[in-house]
Amino acid sequence: MLKMRILEARRWLSRSFSNILHSEPLRVCVVGSGPAGCYTAEKMLKARQEAQVDIIDRLPTPFGLVRSGVAPDHPETKIVVNQFSRVAQHERCSFFGNVTLGSSISLAELRKLYHVVVLAYGAESDRSLGIPGENLKGILSAREFVWWYNGHPDGRNLDPDLKSTDTAVIFGQGNVALDVARILLRPTTELATTDIASHALATLEESSIRVVYLVGRRGPAQAACTAKELREVLGIHNLDISIQESDLLLTPADEEELKNNRIHRRIFELLSKAATSRPRHAGQRQLRFVFFRKPDSFLESKDSTGHVSGVRIEKTVLKGVGPGKQIAVGTGEFEDIKCGMVLKSIGYKSVPVDGLPFDHKKGIVPNERGRVLSDTSDTAVLEEGLYVCGWLKRGPTGIVATNLYCAEETVSSILEDLEKGVLISSTAVPKSGRDGLLKLLHDRNVRIVSFNDWEKIDSEERRLGSLRNKPREKLATWNELLTATSKGIDNFKR
Amino acid sequence: MLNLNSRLPRIGASITKHFFTRNYTSMCKAGYTRSTRNYCLQPSFQQNWFTNLYKGAMFEKHNFLSTTTSSSTAESGSEQKETISVTFVDKDGEEKLLKVPIGMSMLEAAHQNDIELEGACEGSLACSTCHVIVMDVDYYNKLDDPTDEENDMLDLAFGLTETYAGHV
Repeated sequence: MLKMRILEARRWLSRSFSNILHSEPLRVCVVGSGPAGCYTAEKMLKARQEAQVDIIDRLPTPFGLVRSGVAPDHPETKIVVNQFSRVAQHERCSFFGNVTLGSSISLAELRKLYHVVVLAYGAESDRSLGIPGENLKGILSAREFVWWYNGHPDGRNLDPDLKSTDTAVIFGQGNVALDVARILLRPTTELATTDIASHALATLEESSIRVVYLVGRRGPAQAACTAKELREVLGIHNLDISIQESDLLLTPADEEELKNNRIHRRIFELLSKAATSRPRHAGQRQLRFVFFRKPDSFLESKDSTGHVSGVRIEKTVLKGVGPGKQIAVGTGEFEDIKCGMVLKSIGYKSVPVDGLPFDHKKGIVPNERGRVLSDTSDTAVLEEGLYVCGWLKRGPTGIVATNLYCAEETVSSILEDLEKGVLISSTAVPKSGRDGLLKLLHDRNVRIVSFNDWEKIDSEERRLGSLRNKPREKLATWNELLTATSKGIDNFKR
Repeated sequence: MLNLNSRLPRIGASITKHFFTRNYTSMCKAGYTRSTRNYCLQPSFQQNWFTNLYKGAMFEKHNFLSTTTSSSTAESGSEQKETISVTFVDKDGEEKLLKVPIGMSMLEAAHQNDIELEGACEGSLACSTCHVIVMDVDYYNKLDDPTDEENDMLDLAFGLTETYAGHV
């Protein structure tokens, strides 16, 4: 008995010494390599010198929406990938692409391998309108359309028909709505020198769309876009902008809202100026802002069954439901807009995975400052070691920089939990982290794309782009992307 | 000497009035007696000096304060670029004194000297991660009004105040 005790004691002592000498790293896995994931990884690496961070992404290409969401004609917004690249190349960080949470590896397995798992995989689905006719051909979500023109491999086969109609209706007036309107209406010569996907450019060059409606349920005082984007769309060369002056009348409730909100005030001013300043020229492309209209149903074409031919919209009035908050209520007055294409830009939605608590109403993971909660009730408990960041945490709003603050909050929750012992310490329970992940993925024949591999894709895209006076020519299919990773000398390593 | 840390809020970067007044005055005096490039007498140049000084002057508002003092590198009257002394003070109170050539942005100066300031778009006026709060209203008023483009970015800036000078 005594011998055993001595043995145990010696084992304990040597483990403690080795822990002091080779401090057991804190093993962190970040799921998603967009802004939320990269900022989180960066802050974790900085906050804990012993942290080892692995970033996984289901795509072979990193950077999330910076690559697949930001519009091709907004290259300055993409400069942040330089910073994110430095994070991925940090000596204590690794990027593993082509690894999908839920199929390559389960959440439960990930939590076994890592002390801290941060889910930052954003929102890859859409809110639906839930109205009749929504499944007619020609009705797309803005997200799919954006994936398509940004060369996302899952958007390659969208094949939108831009030749059978001259009118597109967009529901929503946020920045994504402005993006898709702009891509539809901008002269393609201007798009030809961006990193827009070639298949999209070719389709747009043959597009017959000349009129785009941007339809919002509420008024110009509530429009969700931001000034820079609005200013840009209003400044497009040869684009006729139409805004009804009657829509610009403000109620006292509107005035109150605007008084306290700089962003909305400036948007309203921009819209007012645009309503009065533009002379109409025939033959120009048109962008028509429609306010106080909500979609009622979609109309089916008589000539082309199964295809949308118009949208029935209902006039709305605003009703106050709380301080500074008004919602749109139908008035029973209807009208139709003829169109052959509809884009729904009413919000993205996150997708839950097995084992992940989810708030289906809000479309996010229930959390307390980034700490995942077991459910949405008042008696929820913390899910140890599980955190969220980005759209999965806050909902699908904000810009790249919004994730900076979001990541700060989540990381400070993690650090607090480590200090308070709420989160099991790495020395108490060592986990296999990267080694365990690689072994598991190897056993499942998952073809991991490393950051080096991405750099091969990157240089190939830039090389192809230089042949066409574009910053890059995106490889837009899974096959092309994975093939590009196998070029080069370290092919044999896999 | 001002106790910067106690005076200034944790959130926010500033150029302290004390430093500014003292050194601007002394710069003026120096310029007046010494060279034909007279900082005080030519209002447009003076305006430019301020604008250039802060062009892209960005302080990560959580972490840094900065104060500036003029330096007397103009004595030789040579073509050498004028520098100013800039002190970056981080959120823990640690100070780093740099010599920054006039015309260089604060963001560049910081990054060149391994000072961590957020600057997602690297100074192309496309995000809102770096921005300045000018604490002294008089000096704020001396700056050019923000352009529409700057104001658009400021709309999105965290902790916006009335004296945000954006991409100054």
